[in-house]
Amino acid sequence: MNTEKVVFAFFILLALTFNFGFVLGEIDNAAHHNVYELYAALVVSLIATVMKFGDRTHVGAVLLATSLVADLQLIMAAVVWAYAVNFTEAGLDGAMMASIVSLSAGALLSNITSVVLLILETMMVRH
Amino acid sequence: MGHVFYLLLRRLRTPIITIIVVYSVSVLGFVLIPGVDDQGKPWRMDFFHAFYFVSFMGSTIGFGEIPYPFTAGQRAWTIVMIYATVIGWLYSIGKIFSLFQDHSFIRLMKRNTFARRVRAIQEPFYLVCGYGYTGKRLIQRMDEQGIQAVVLDESQSAIDELDAHELGLAVPGLCANAADPDTLNIAGIRRENCIGVIALTNDDHTNLAVSIDSKLVNPERPVISRSESAGTTANLASFGTDCIIDPFETFAEHLVKSIKQPYKHIISDLIFNPHHNVLASPHQNTSGRWVVCGYGRLGRAIDRKFKEHDIPVTFIEVDPPQRGAPLGTILGVGTEEETLLKADIESATGIVAGTPDDADNLSIIITARNVKPDIITVARQNLSANKPMFRAAHVNLIMEPVRIIADEIFIRISTPLLMDFLELLQKEDDQWARELLLRISAVLQGSPLEAWAYAVNAAQCPAICDSLAREKIVRLGSLCRDPRRREDELPALPLLLKRGEKRLLLPDPDTELQADDEILICGQHGAQVFMNWVAYDYNVLRYIRTGVEAPGGLLWQWLSSLRKKRRRRRAARAGNPQ
Repeated sequence: MNTEKVVFAFFILLALTFNFGFVLGEIDNAAHHNVYELYAALVVSLIATVMKFGDRTHVGAVLLATSLVADLQLIMAAVVWAYAVNFTEAGLDGAMMASIVSLSAGALLSNITSVVLLILETMMVRH
Repeated sequence: MGHVFYLLLRRLRTPIITIIVVYSVSVLGFVLIPGVDDQGKPWRMDFFHAFYFVSFMGSTIGFGEIPYPFTAGQRAWTIVMIYATVIGWLYSIGKIFSLFQDHSFIRLMKRNTFARRVRAIQEPFYLVCGYGYTGKRLIQRMDEQGIQAVVLDESQSAIDELDAHELGLAVPGLCANAADPDTLNIAGIRRENCIGVIALTNDDHTNLAVSIDSKLVNPERPVISRSESAGTTANLASFGTDCIIDPFETFAEHLVKSIKQPYKHIISDLIFNPHHNVLASPHQNTSGRWVVCGYGRLGRAIDRKFKEHDIPVTFIEVDPPQRGAPLGTILGVGTEEETLLKADIESATGIVAGTPDDADNLSIIITARNVKPDIITVARQNLSANKPMFRAAHVNLIMEPVRIIADEIFIRISTPLLMDFLELLQKEDDQWARELLLRISAVLQGSPLEAWAYAVNAAQCPAICDSLAREKIVRLGSLCRDPRRREDELPALPLLLKRGEKRLLLPDPDTELQADDEILICGQHGAQVFMNWVAYDYNVLRYIRTGVEAPGGLLWQWLSSLRKKRRRRRAARAGNPQ
C-alpha cells in the first residue's frame, strides 16, 4: 500500500463528497445549503488541485484540468455568496442561492469526472 | 520549458498545500469565534470578512481590527495565526529560493536555455563538440569569419570560458556529455541548418559516438573528427567520416614536409596560419640524421613517417621497452647533455623535442644548442600559453599540434577549395613551390595572407553571371583589377580554377570564365572587398571590361539612351544629303 496514493485518493474523494453534500437539497432554499460545507469543499478542492501538480502523464494532465474547473466553479460560487450577503439590498434570496448551488453543481460534475478517471486509472494498474 | 514548469510545480506542492491549510484554518477560526459589534451585540464574522482580514494579516500588512474591535478570543486566535501564516510564507518562499539554487534545477534551466538558443539560430551552423585548446582556436577563427557554431563540452569551466570569451556571434554552449544522443539532439544535430559536425573531444569514444550519430541522421552532412589511435581512425573511416584528423600523424607529416620539401611546407603553413612569418627561411641542409626525444604516440608517428621517407633517426625515450621503442633507442629524457651525447648529437642534423611537457622540450632545445650551436631545432609546443617562451628560445620550427588541427579544420569549412589546392600542390616539385612562394610574397608584401573563393553563380557573382548571360566575355584577370582604376592590379593572385572535375593550378588571367566555375584567390587583406565589388556590381564589371563608366540609375540610363538615339539620328541626317 502506498501512503501517497491513499492521501491523493482521499482528497479527490473528499472534494467530491463535500461538494455533493452542499449541492444536495432544494436549489433555492438557503436552509438546505450550509456555508461551511461550501468552504470545506473549496479548501479541499484547492488542496486536491495542488496534489495533482507535476504529473506529466496524460491522465495526470486531465485530472489537473478537472480540478482546475472545480476550483473555478467553487470560487465563483463563493464570490456570488459574498456578493449577495455584503453588496445587495435583498441579501441571500432564493435567486442568489439558486445560482450559487448551480455553480457548485457544475463543480460537482467536474469532481465526478475526476473520481471516474481515478478509478479507471486504478483499474488499469494490474499490481 | 514545459519540463521545467512541471518540475517547479512538483517541487512546490508541499509549500502551496501548507499555505492553503494555514489560510483555511485561520479563516475558519475567525468565522467561528464570536465577536461583538460597535453596539456590544454578539456578531460573527462571515467568510468574506474573515478572508479579507486573514489576507492582510498573513502578509503582515495589518490594517487593524476590521470591521469592529476584536474580543479577547479573536485576538488570541490572531496571535496564533500571525505566527502560523508568517512561518508558512517563510517556509514556502525559502523552498522556492532553494529550488532556484538547486543544482539539478539549474542544470535543467541551462539545458532549456541552450535548447532555445539553438532553436533560434536561423543561419547555417556547425556543431562543435569539445572546447579545448583546439576548439577554442577553431571557434575564434570561425567567429572572425562570421560562421555560426554551437558548442558542447563536458567541463563546465570550458563553457564558462566560452561565455566569458568576447565573440562577435552569440555561440550557445552547454556543459554535457556529447556522446549522449539527447544532448546532441538539443544541440541541433537533427536541424536542417546544421551543416557540419566537428568532434574534437579528448575522448576517442565520444568522437566516435558523435560521428556515428551525425552520419545516421544525415549521411550527406560532413563530419570532421579527431582521432588519437589507428583503431578509432579505421572505425571512423568505416562509416564515411569525411575527415579524420590525428594530431600526431598531422604533426609528423608536417615535420617530414618541412624537412623534405621546405617550400611546400611554407606555402601550406602560410595558408593554414595567416600570421605566419613569411621571412622564415627554409633550412639549408636537412639531409642527415635526426634525434627525436620522446617515443609516445607522436614518436611512433614520426618513426613511421621517417621510415617512409628514409630519414635516419635516433630516439631518446624514458622507458623504451614499455613504449615499444625501436632498437638503439637511448634511455633518458633528453634534457641532460649526457643523454644527448649518447645519441651522438654532434653528428646529427636536427633535433625534435617532442615530449608532452613544454618545459622539458625547451630544456632539450637549449641543451642541444649548447652541444651543437648550428643544429636545426624543432619543438612541440603543447600549451598555447607557452608561445612567448618558445619564441624567446629561437626555435627553428615550432609545432603546435593543437593549432595545426584547428587551422586545418577551419580551412576545410571556410574555404574547401584550399584543400584542393594543397592536394595539387603536393604533386608539384619543390622548385615549382619556391617560384610560387616568390609570387605570393610579391603579392602580399609582408601582410598576412587571406584566401577566399568564388563560385560563378547568381548568388556569389551576380555581375559575372549577368554578363555571361548576355554572352559577354569575362576573363579571370578582370576580377583582379582595381575597380577604382582598371589599369591597377589588386594585390591578389588566383590560385586555382575548378571547372567540373577539372582543376587548374595557377590559371592564366586570360582564361574566360564559365558559369559554375569555382575560383580560389589569395591576396592581401582588404583586396577581397574590392574584388567583391567587381563580382557583384554590373557597372563596375563593365567599367573593368570596357573602360566605359556606364550610368547606373534607371533615369540616367534612359537619358543616355535618348542622347545616343539623338546622336544617331543627327548622324543619320548629316549622312543623308551625301
